[in-house]
Amino acid sequence: MSSHVISTPTTRTTGEPGERILRYTLGERVNHWFAAFTYSYCLITGLAFWSPYMYWLAAIVGGGPTARFWHPWLGLAFTASMFWMYQMWDRDMRITEADRRWAAAMKSYIENDDQNLPPEGRFNYGQKLFFWLMFYGIILLLISGIGLWFVEGIPWSLRWLRYLSVTVHVVAAMATIGGFIIHVYMGTAMVRGGFTSIIRGEVSTAWAKTHHRLWYEEVSKRQTPPGQAGTRR
Amino acid sequence: MAQATLQIVKISGHAGPVAGAGVERSEQLCKLIDTTTCIGCKACEVACLEWNGYTFTETSFDNSYQTMPSTAWNYWNLIKFNEHEREDGTLQLLMRKDQCMHCSDPGCLMACPADGAIVQYSNGIVDFQQQNCIGCGYCVSGCPFDIPKFNSETKKMFKCTLCSDRVGQGLEPACIKSCPTGCLHFGTKEDMSFLAESRAKQLRDHFGFEKAGVYDPAGVGGTGVIYVLHDVTNPEAYGGLPKDPHIPWVVRFWKGPAKWIGNLAMLFGVIGVTLHYFRYGPKEIHPPRNGNGGKP
Repeated sequence: MSSHVISTPTTRTTGEPGERILRYTLGERVNHWFAAFTYSYCLITGLAFWSPYMYWLAAIVGGGPTARFWHPWLGLAFTASMFWMYQMWDRDMRITEADRRWAAAMKSYIENDDQNLPPEGRFNYGQKLFFWLMFYGIILLLISGIGLWFVEGIPWSLRWLRYLSVTVHVVAAMATIGGFIIHVYMGTAMVRGGFTSIIRGEVSTAWAKTHHRLWYEEVSKRQTPPGQAGTRR
Repeated sequence: MAQATLQIVKISGHAGPVAGAGVERSEQLCKLIDTTTCIGCKACEVACLEWNGYTFTETSFDNSYQTMPSTAWNYWNLIKFNEHEREDGTLQLLMRKDQCMHCSDPGCLMACPADGAIVQYSNGIVDFQQQNCIGCGYCVSGCPFDIPKFNSETKKMFKCTLCSDRVGQGLEPACIKSCPTGCLHFGTKEDMSFLAESRAKQLRDHFGFEKAGVYDPAGVGGTGVIYVLHDVTNPEAYGGLPKDPHIPWVVRFWKGPAKWIGNLAMLFGVIGVTLHYFRYGPKEIHPPRNGNGGKP
């Protein structure tokens, strides 16, 4: 894992004094925002193709034909970003015993009763679910998307594959949209400090102790002496 | 493509009603293809190319008289040949002019997401409007006859227009004009159906084709192109004419209930997280229970 405690007197992100911890490396942040951009483009154009009442969305990304041209290519880019993310986070995202304990108390998390939650590692159970939803979602979207992209390449005798592509693409897209709505809400409004951490990479130690105590303890153990840390972000 | 003065009654990917769709009531037009008098001369193929401005493309040989395996974006009209072996062991060379069937209930139009890329006129013609087409290929999934074809250079879909530009000016489609045997007829659906039924009766009563009949599939609400077949119980023999074509149920579900289920789910998702914020607000960083110097 590539997280380090950084000793800085103040923070550039929130103005809050205190020790800061590197939560996301530069690579992870770039990957996240590359994924966010490509997914959002596919979401906007996809919704335009989904309903006549949202077709106007195509206009804000260059018009119907342009949206149709880029949708599959940006979809491929998003697929690449998800595999890159998998390569970085696969180990961090495995469901652990701590997750199972946390999942059993998820109601407390939803009701912001965080004091009653068992401690979590670098990612909590909800984050892991979202990751795997997007990871398996994009695999389904990729396969069905190729079917839609080259629909004429599917012979008439195998036309059930055309219909299957439509079905799988719609269902998988809807599932990822559900996760995406919750993800954006939690990352921006609900869990304060999360949004800045995925931009500049740092969180306060208090934040880390509150939301990811096991991760904080693990990182603390490997803490380098103050003054020498924080070189990598 | 050009619509001249034709009145539009259905528009693909259109939010809201079709303005003026009920202004005039027109006769439904229909092309009648009598496969029993077709000689496979392909004059209609050439006439179609000439009128629509396409050059004759290279043909492919697959042990048949057929020009190519299927219609193409720039080849809208194709005679399909089939050497059909009858029950008594004799051979029958079946020839069927294949093109867009101009369904009353068009699957392409239902599947299309682009506003105005596919329209249906009050006379029944289903027409692609390439200036609005985004080239997504959904119409390919919607069509029960495998007709719409993609031009990968212009990224637009094409198919037979039933010569809507000629029909709008009171002319018959180009294929009709070129037919030397008179196996092609054009007129109102009522007249063509009458003619077709009369011919089918003649075939049954006087020519020994006991199963002769008219192909006008009800599954797609009837079509603007109807066939007289020697054996109406086996349309597949005529180069794969589907026995009971209908818009795929997946497409119907996708463009119907799925739309509302999906839209409501997304709406409730957004409302749900908003209400959650109103009720619980943001998470607070709580002081650690072991109290070893965490700064809240």
